[in-house]
Amino acid sequence: MADNPAPPGRKPTLEGILGIGGLAIAAIATVYFMVKVFASPVGPESAPLRGAAEGALAETRISDMLFYAFAGLTVFSAAGVAFSRNIVYSAFSLLGALLGIGALFVYLAADFLAVTQLLIYVGGVLVLVLFAVMLTSHIKDIHISNSSVGLAAGLGAFLVTSVLLVVVAVKTPWKVVDPLPPASPTAATLGNLFLNEYVLPFEISSVVLLASLVGAVVMARKDLKA
Amino acid sequence: MFHVHLVHFLIIGAVLFALGFVTVVTRKNAVGILMGVELILNAANINFVAFNHFSASPQLTGQVFAIFVILLAAAEAAVGLAIVLSIFQNFRTIDVTTTDLMRE
Repeated sequence: MADNPAPPGRKPTLEGILGIGGLAIAAIATVYFMVKVFASPVGPESAPLRGAAEGALAETRISDMLFYAFAGLTVFSAAGVAFSRNIVYSAFSLLGALLGIGALFVYLAADFLAVTQLLIYVGGVLVLVLFAVMLTSHIKDIHISNSSVGLAAGLGAFLVTSVLLVVVAVKTPWKVVDPLPPASPTAATLGNLFLNEYVLPFEISSVVLLASLVGAVVMARKDLKA
Repeated sequence: MFHVHLVHFLIIGAVLFALGFVTVVTRKNAVGILMGVELILNAANINFVAFNHFSASPQLTGQVFAIFVILLAAAEAAVGLAIVLSIFQNFRTIDVTTTDLMRE
């Protein structure tokens, strides 16, 4: 009996490297966090790190380290979506990216949006994508190469685009509200906005959803009179 | 630099946009291309909500727009995947480089 043509885990694949890299960063962040928690005399809730050098580290909080962990999860998962050979690995990496973005929304005091992201993107769109992946790929040759250009061209395109955007984002003097108001629940305010200022886009979007529902059903139906 | 500021979120949004762009450009699988489009839309959402929090903070206009983006992305994913399924039923493949019947 012939073996599986590409047995997983035998040689370092790109997905393995990305996954191990992300896990390594998460593990380092966790160890640092534990050391700082158990070495400090005061609780870790939102206090600056004790015993750290002045300057860059003086204002660091535990939530900042967790931010880097979530940001690493998001970016490494998105890299898995972009550079993975296997379409099923891409779909599950997209799950990781969407979860990380939901966590980042919490950091931006957007609690309703974070839960909406998890419900609709992870629970709706991602499940739909997984259905489509499973219905349209031949399971036996799921390891064949998936990208039309090689890895080098993809990395080159990524570097050009990301360096340009990051330079613009860092160099521009954005106007920032200096004492940030404290985070408060946003659901009631969003509800009021949807029913007062943004009621027209809200109603039109319901028509859009109806149209997309009818269109998707009509198009994905099997043609019985073939 | 370690304390979380607007620039950190903008860099994450930029990197996600670049990765989504690479996914759309280099994938042969049509569902893979749609996954790249979802990454691009999520990068735009990160930017909207980050600017709303740091630059326009008592108002929630950025979050309202992000909710509309999520809504329209779900509708577009449904229609796009229905098209992909229909192509698969007709051609038995979803390789975008081989479904070129309309090409000269």
